[in-house]
Amino acid sequence: MPEKKIRVLVAKPGLDGHDRGAKVIARALRDAGMEVIYTGLRQTPEQIVAAALQEDVDVIGLSVLSGAHMGLTEKVIAKLKENNAAEKLVLLGGTILTRDIPKLKAMGVAEVFPTGSRLEEPIKFIKEKLGGTVAA
Amino acid sequence: MTRPVASELDAVAEAKARWTTERRVDDIPRATTESGAEIKAVYTPDEVADIDYLEQIGFPGEYPFTRGIFPGMYRKKVWTMRQYAGYGTAEETNERWKFLLNSGQPALSCAFDLPTQMGYDSDDPVIVDEVGRAGVAIDTLRDFEILYQDLPMNWLGTSFTINSTAPIILAMYIATAGKQGVRPDELMGTVQNDILKEYVARGTWLYPPGPSVRLTTDIIEYCTRSMPRFYPISIASCHIRDAGANMSDAIGFSLSNAITYVQSALDRGLDVDEFAPRLTFIDGAGPYIFEEVAKFRAVRRIWARIMKERFGARKRESMCFRFAAGVGGSYFRAEDPDLNLVRGAYGALALALAGVQSMLVAAKDEAFAIPTEETARLALATQQVLAEETDVTKTVDPLGGSYYVEALTNVKEHEVLAVIDKIESLGGSVRAIEAGYMQKVVADGAFTRQKMEESGELTFIGANKYAVKKTCDEMQLHESNPESVTRQVARLKEVKNTRNHSVVSASLKKLHDAARGSDNLMPFIIDAVKAYATVGEISSTLREIFGEFKEPIVV
Repeated sequence: MPEKKIRVLVAKPGLDGHDRGAKVIARALRDAGMEVIYTGLRQTPEQIVAAALQEDVDVIGLSVLSGAHMGLTEKVIAKLKENNAAEKLVLLGGTILTRDIPKLKAMGVAEVFPTGSRLEEPIKFIKEKLGGTVAA
Repeated sequence: MTRPVASELDAVAEAKARWTTERRVDDIPRATTESGAEIKAVYTPDEVADIDYLEQIGFPGEYPFTRGIFPGMYRKKVWTMRQYAGYGTAEETNERWKFLLNSGQPALSCAFDLPTQMGYDSDDPVIVDEVGRAGVAIDTLRDFEILYQDLPMNWLGTSFTINSTAPIILAMYIATAGKQGVRPDELMGTVQNDILKEYVARGTWLYPPGPSVRLTTDIIEYCTRSMPRFYPISIASCHIRDAGANMSDAIGFSLSNAITYVQSALDRGLDVDEFAPRLTFIDGAGPYIFEEVAKFRAVRRIWARIMKERFGARKRESMCFRFAAGVGGSYFRAEDPDLNLVRGAYGALALALAGVQSMLVAAKDEAFAIPTEETARLALATQQVLAEETDVTKTVDPLGGSYYVEALTNVKEHEVLAVIDKIESLGGSVRAIEAGYMQKVVADGAFTRQKMEESGELTFIGANKYAVKKTCDEMQLHESNPESVTRQVARLKEVKNTRNHSVVSASLKKLHDAARGSDNLMPFIIDAVKAYATVGEISSTLREIFGEFKEPIVV
């Protein structure tokens, strides 16, 4: 059976227009052999979850630099649960204070990569969680 | 710089050849500009011998303005210090502004929250997490009245970082001033109003480029006619650079955007000398001191020539590249944030040496939060120390005549002109944006820089070198107040309940009809604002006619 590539949705929830990190990480994940879909700016939690289901991704990478990460992440995770898709790996990057990380993880975020993280960190994390490939 | 005679230059060149061999200069490690042009180990008179001083450099306050746009520069008046501030509700921002004014800041710079920047009201369920976060929340004229409570609008200028909704914010500024008895022709300040760069970086676009440039031009035209002391646009390169472009690409793109705006104003029937003296620019400074100085010297020369030769400007003021600049953004780091103070000071030094007109230095905690009163004051004081304690203000263009800086100015001029030519070859900045070209350059630059930072090619002390594991969490940070949102939503509700509904609908209907035609929309927006129509209502009205921009996905 041919191996299926890990599929990742890189998403920009909310109004935040800082897409430098999202685009850099999208490219790095693609270079690491993953299938990457980037949503573009200004996505609602509903749009992000709909895209994740439609594209059948394994990972959702959210990028927020506006300070609105708590509410937006909570809504994305709630929508995933509503759609019985809570198994998808949710990662968060951006300007996230260390003190917010335990709350985000309790919410269901698998890992947080704040500004200053190296590109290899999320790549390694995803591969460890999902293996080099995922079942088709 | 003296111009040595030919025999002297020959002697210098000969001596340099000897020095190069005897001192094994070719073995010295290579260095390059940010864009990769070679920087020599030392610069000598023969390398700047081709420069025609009067033609290319001249005197400050005279064409081509390489040395600065005013004859006396800071000896006469130091640059304007404007720290960017705004958060929560109008009351909270009004209080912070008063603190900054009491700390010696002469003018204001307003930060708006994202919903205000993108035409949403604070009660819109879609944006509930963003109200009052990145700046102050504005829904109606009522908020603006509170924002300027006890602040004299006839002598206090404000710079507004606002683009898509700039006409609405300008209308509120005019209407609030009116209530203070201040006329539009007395008002000072700036609206950013540079929509094109929002498609390239920063991302607060609403409508497609065509109608957006119309609104930008409406503001330029309105201010030209009615607000002679106000700057109707601040054409920005700092955001393009913070998103990943190098300094030459960033400023080259913004000059191309500027050309588009000038052409649009000319097409409107304005005379170039009517509006060009009120065009301003905003850029930033990163870790490069000499390159920044060289870049701004080169850009002053380039802009003067564009205005004179391409657009036929006759007035001296029409040819001046006047600019504000900030230090912060992607140059600041969340790791070991105290070091941002040092970065801020060096950036400010570079800008002062470059002849900046207005400066903001980000607070050390601004990489991750709204500054506290203490960090905001430290950032302001960084500028005050530079301006009032050091000798940096004592002569104009102090680096002018340095063999290095003059040679580097020529290098930067070539780099920036090449960028402008490239955009011209693509059909101008609107075409280049629609095709995703500028966005691609920015994304490529961001990726390259990330790699360089991770490999150590780009150094950030405390982050990728000599790190000591200090994080922002150890600092006292600004806490956003959840009650602000409740208060803001309650105020909006109250305004909606007490305003005259038929006046509101009539004003929006007139705006709707005018948007279909080609009239300047400013008077219609001012009427709607005076009727207490909301930012959201006005934006939706325009969206019905203009449609929404579809972002090309460029990764």
